[in-house]
Amino acid sequence: MTTNQVQSPPIRVQGLEKSYKELRVLRGVDFDVARGSIFALLGSNGAGKTTVVKILSTLLKADAGTASVNGFDVATQPADVRESISLTGQFAAVDEILSGRENLVLVARLRHLKNPGTIADDLLERFSLTEAGARKVSTYSGGMRRRLDIAMSLIGNPPVIFLDEPTTGLDPQARIEVWQAVKELAGRGTTVLLTTQYLDEAEQLADRIAILHEGRIIVNGTLAELKQLLPPAKVEYVEKQPTLEDVFLTLVGTGGKDGKDSDAHDDATPARMSEEQR
Amino acid sequence: MSKHFFGDTAVLLGRSLRHITRSMDTIITTTIMPIAFMLLFVYVFGGAINSGSDSYVNYLLPGILLITIASGIAYTAFRLFLDMKGGIFERFQSMPIARSSVLWAHVLTSVIANLISLVVVVLVALLMGFRSSAGVLAWLAVAGILILFTLALTWIAVIPGLTAKSVDGASAFSYPLIFLPFISSAFVPTGTMPGPVRAFAENQPVTSIVNAIRNLFTQQPVGTDIWIALSWCVGILVVAYIFATVTYRRRIS
Repeated sequence: MTTNQVQSPPIRVQGLEKSYKELRVLRGVDFDVARGSIFALLGSNGAGKTTVVKILSTLLKADAGTASVNGFDVATQPADVRESISLTGQFAAVDEILSGRENLVLVARLRHLKNPGTIADDLLERFSLTEAGARKVSTYSGGMRRRLDIAMSLIGNPPVIFLDEPTTGLDPQARIEVWQAVKELAGRGTTVLLTTQYLDEAEQLADRIAILHEGRIIVNGTLAELKQLLPPAKVEYVEKQPTLEDVFLTLVGTGGKDGKDSDAHDDATPARMSEEQR
Repeated sequence: MSKHFFGDTAVLLGRSLRHITRSMDTIITTTIMPIAFMLLFVYVFGGAINSGSDSYVNYLLPGILLITIASGIAYTAFRLFLDMKGGIFERFQSMPIARSSVLWAHVLTSVIANLISLVVVVLVALLMGFRSSAGVLAWLAVAGILILFTLALTWIAVIPGLTAKSVDGASAFSYPLIFLPFISSAFVPTGTMPGPVRAFAENQPVTSIVNAIRNLFTQQPVGTDIWIALSWCVGILVVAYIFATVTYRRRIS
């Protein structure tokens, strides 16, 4: 599109501050996200991750600091920012009364695209929802809803996508499905900003990880860099026990409802099941 | 105004109209209470009420139509509240669309849904013996007043729809509106009411609107009532629109 986008990183945040009345949620947040990478914003509940995402997606105004997305300032060029992004919020933002296909067509129309029907059918196929496409979304499982939600965010191929806690409340299989979708996205060159409170999710997906704590980014680096912050690993011999996730996935089958292969299983991330609970 | 305002509003209107056609029960529940009032007042109380009219159902219908609208707009607030809560509102706001079209789609849906309910209630009234000698122009005038009244109340409904914390909060505001016709000329002539009540009844919007519609139905001269009625409707509409727009701006920024 324009030339200034090429020079500046697709997401640039500088000195961002935001308070809700007396509560200072963000106290000077800075970070850049490189094109085509997955950037994870990690933090506990209430750390301000969602506030950052809302400011970047023009839903909230910052009190101080600047933020630009795809070269456009979120405060002064919100319409251009909205052309460049998609937001997948904390709760699947889908219309329950419409069918999956109608949801996709709706978003395609609102993005003023030609052939909304074809776009919808392609995405249903890509997210293994073709069979469920004509059904009301209220009959979908949590994982299907999330996949539809993410599919809706891809319409129009926005260069930047925000995923706010995309796997909160999902079962392990649905979580792997979402991870797969996110990896595919970045593979196609989309810049992804992901917030999560699951450490293993950041470990699985992110090229860079930043930890948001008490309103500031306290560390920002690759997984390897973050690991170096602690004393070097000691070698210990530990009997390799299967994790509960390994057991669960082996017993119920990993492929999900659509028979898609999942590579996340091979990586055997030790997921703590307690995190699966809301 | 964004260049996409009309297109976006049309797309979003299509969406919320689907909500209505897929859950016709909202139309039915909207009409049940006014129809129940109509049955109760015509067949139970009506015989004892001296309305000064040949047929009590003829006298009653205008007020019942206003109650229908007051109960119908509760669903407008409800639908808006669900959008706000479900996250789809934020999705729309983060998309390159005309932001006000999200609100206008709900408002237009409210008008269409209420018109359907009004038609249902009028059909039931016809079955109960309602007759009018009004011509096409008078019917159009009645429709015009009712649409204006619906728009005014819809913009009021937008405010709790945007700000409510719970489903109950979103629709509770409509109860006083449903009650307002009872202290007006809708059910009984105001002449028998004691002083202060009568003063309230004669100077609140429902009385002038009911009188104007009643005169149009019976082909009486509408007199000053219709101008008072229109001023009330436009006045409420403008004030509610301003407050709703301010609330909306606050919600999306």
